[in-house]
Amino acid sequence: MGKLALPTIQITGGRIIDPAQGLDHVGDLWISRGRILPTGGVNEEAEVVIDARGKIVCPGLIDLHVHLREPGNEEDETIATGAASALAGGVTSVACMPNTIPPIDTQAAAEFVVLQGQRARQANVYPVGAVSKGRKGEELAALGQLVAGGAVAFTDDGAPVANAGLMRRALEYSKMFDLVIMQHCQVPELTVGGVMNEGFESMRLGLGGMPAAAEDIMVARDIRLAEITGGRLHIQHISTARSVELVREGKARGIKVTAEACPHHFSLTDECLRTFDSNFKMNPPLRTAADVEAVIEGLKDGTIEILATDHAPHAREKKMRELDQAPFGIVGLETLIPITVKTLIEPGHLTWPEVIRKLTINPAELLRIPKGTLRPGADADVTVIDASTTWTIDPTQFRSKSRNTPYAGWEVRGRAHTVIVGGEVRYTLGGIVREGVAPAAG
Amino acid sequence: MLGLEELSREEILAILDTAESFAEISNRSRKKVPALQGRIVFNLFFENSTRTRTSFSLAAKRLSADTQDFTASVSSLSKGETFIDTAKNIEAMGADVMVVRHPTPGAPHLLSQHVSSSIINAGDGAHEHPTQGLLDLMTIRKAKGRIEGLTVGLVGDIAHSRVARSNIWGLLKLGAKVILCGPPTLVPKAMERLGCEVAYRLEDVLPRCDVVNVLRIQFERQQGGMFPSVGEYSQFYMMNQERVRMAKPDLLLLAPGPINRGVELTPEVADGPHSAILDQVKNGLAVRMAVLYLLSGKLDARSPAAE
Ligand SMILES: [Zn+2]
Repeated sequence: MGKLALPTIQITGGRIIDPAQGLDHVGDLWISRGRILPTGGVNEEAEVVIDARGKIVCPGLIDLHVHLREPGNEEDETIATGAASALAGGVTSVACMPNTIPPIDTQAAAEFVVLQGQRARQANVYPVGAVSKGRKGEELAALGQLVAGGAVAFTDDGAPVANAGLMRRALEYSKMFDLVIMQHCQVPELTVGGVMNEGFESMRLGLGGMPAAAEDIMVARDIRLAEITGGRLHIQHISTARSVELVREGKARGIKVTAEACPHHFSLTDECLRTFDSNFKMNPPLRTAADVEAVIEGLKDGTIEILATDHAPHAREKKMRELDQAPFGIVGLETLIPITVKTLIEPGHLTWPEVIRKLTINPAELLRIPKGTLRPGADADVTVIDASTTWTIDPTQFRSKSRNTPYAGWEVRGRAHTVIVGGEVRYTLGGIVREGVAPAAG
Repeated sequence: MLGLEELSREEILAILDTAESFAEISNRSRKKVPALQGRIVFNLFFENSTRTRTSFSLAAKRLSADTQDFTASVSSLSKGETFIDTAKNIEAMGADVMVVRHPTPGAPHLLSQHVSSSIINAGDGAHEHPTQGLLDLMTIRKAKGRIEGLTVGLVGDIAHSRVARSNIWGLLKLGAKVILCGPPTLVPKAMERLGCEVAYRLEDVLPRCDVVNVLRIQFERQQGGMFPSVGEYSQFYMMNQERVRMAKPDLLLLAPGPINRGVELTPEVADGPHSAILDQVKNGLAVRMAVLYLLSGKLDARSPAAE
């Protein structure tokens, strides 16, 4: 389908929020031929009309931390199912981690991700390249060739870049592309055998612990390395109170450091592991109530400028294992909006425009991708959110191939209603969109 | 029956009282009662323990149940088969009760969500070993006549010990004071939040203890390097004659087997007048009979014949 075939879409009566332009007002949004049109639209009849009264209309959400498992673990997720899961969560662009089998550490591997993303025609898929060859943490991967293949950032996520010398070189070398090095911050020697946060709960349950200090120490080290190199450092899935403080201090000193937080790290604590349910097993682990509070504080004061899910699907048979043998992680994309509403918006920690900023323009700028705004002429990636609808999270309805979620059965509020990617309606909750006919409201 | 943390004080006392009455049966010449006739008790052991398995088997047999052992290491399960699959197969063979030993904390809890047989936790990693906790409580109560008000020292590798955790919950619920003593690498400070005292010098602790429970070093569950050498450990924490003399004259000494003689306690002390090690074994049988018997009441309640 060429661009000419893309319909003219009118989204009527929604609360348009675009933090990139400082917009927050009720009005119509027009889309034509894959682009956002200037206010006032066009002098032609819209082919598709979407009634957005009572709903939020915002730039398509961007999740810069997802695991799509392809190639290598297609039983957990494929690029197509992961990108479909993204749409169901209101996310129009994802950046996927390179910890696949084989890892994304060459130009060809990055191009494979791009191609599979295009074939899927769901959310936009951007590959993140590995920092080191084979993610072994020994030598730099071919970062320049990865960029040529479409990589938008670098990380060895799933594992940290433990070697300080290599991390330093990565931060230096990546400056020539102005791309960010993302780090899964953890001192590996301190987390051997760890299943959950180390502390009172792990002691009581007899489970191996991962101390908060394992994260704090790596965050401190890497901020210092970012300082001496001038490279761009991004702290992935920040989870401890001290780490948040370190990022705050680093920013105050003018160091190029950013951070992301995941919904599970601000909605759940290590007490959840008392159920011995592997759906609460993540890495970094669920921390204490004090850490959750600090992460929320960091989100409020802007220390943490990005929300990400760390979407980590695992097939049922893998998560049904004993706690120490089950893999880390949860399906994140499809619960992003409601968990954020429940833990950040409803208690009054953040407003909708603040949340949308952390899910649109901030990640877009971090990745240097031309997304995240409703500016006239921008790519027409739009998410319509029904912020008031209540629903029950039911993993059997997930579009992800996997079902591992700690939120099954939660009564929540807020959900993606319509998702448009590149000017094409690719997901609707409210019903089938027929050309020229407005779908029923609600 | 997954752990002592979940049981109330009243439930623990009820089990102990039932166990006392079964202890009398063991003294009779005919040692069998028909309580579990027609029932099948499966010992599902994913970790070796001849002693605990034998004790459960014997307890089940004295209650006239049929018993069957299934022993496998987690790593020997055929590829792709989980221990849940294994348990479901065993349930399909008619198991009424599964006695589960597993190296992972929470494994019996996970199982209880997937099978409808009654599950008895026979030790899950470093988490709990409730029947061991109960038999220790029974041994203390028989020897001292009470538990409330006693000071009980748990010595050694607390961090990796399921026996310690079951003991702590049980002792605290029944009103004892608990002192945990060992090197700081094996006794997490966080344990104070459970309501225990944490101490590192055995000599400071011994004079205050009515009971000392000497725990085994869990070499298999440690990440290594928790203390410099076995020799150094013994130097600070081994119960020997000299240390026994520092304690109260009526000190009661417990040790959940198998003990490492010459590491946690000397042979003279293990076999000496303070030692209750063999009483523990005897009481273990009674406690396991009691637990199986009390569960059988629940089995009857759900069987069609009872309706
Ligand atoms: Zn990670």
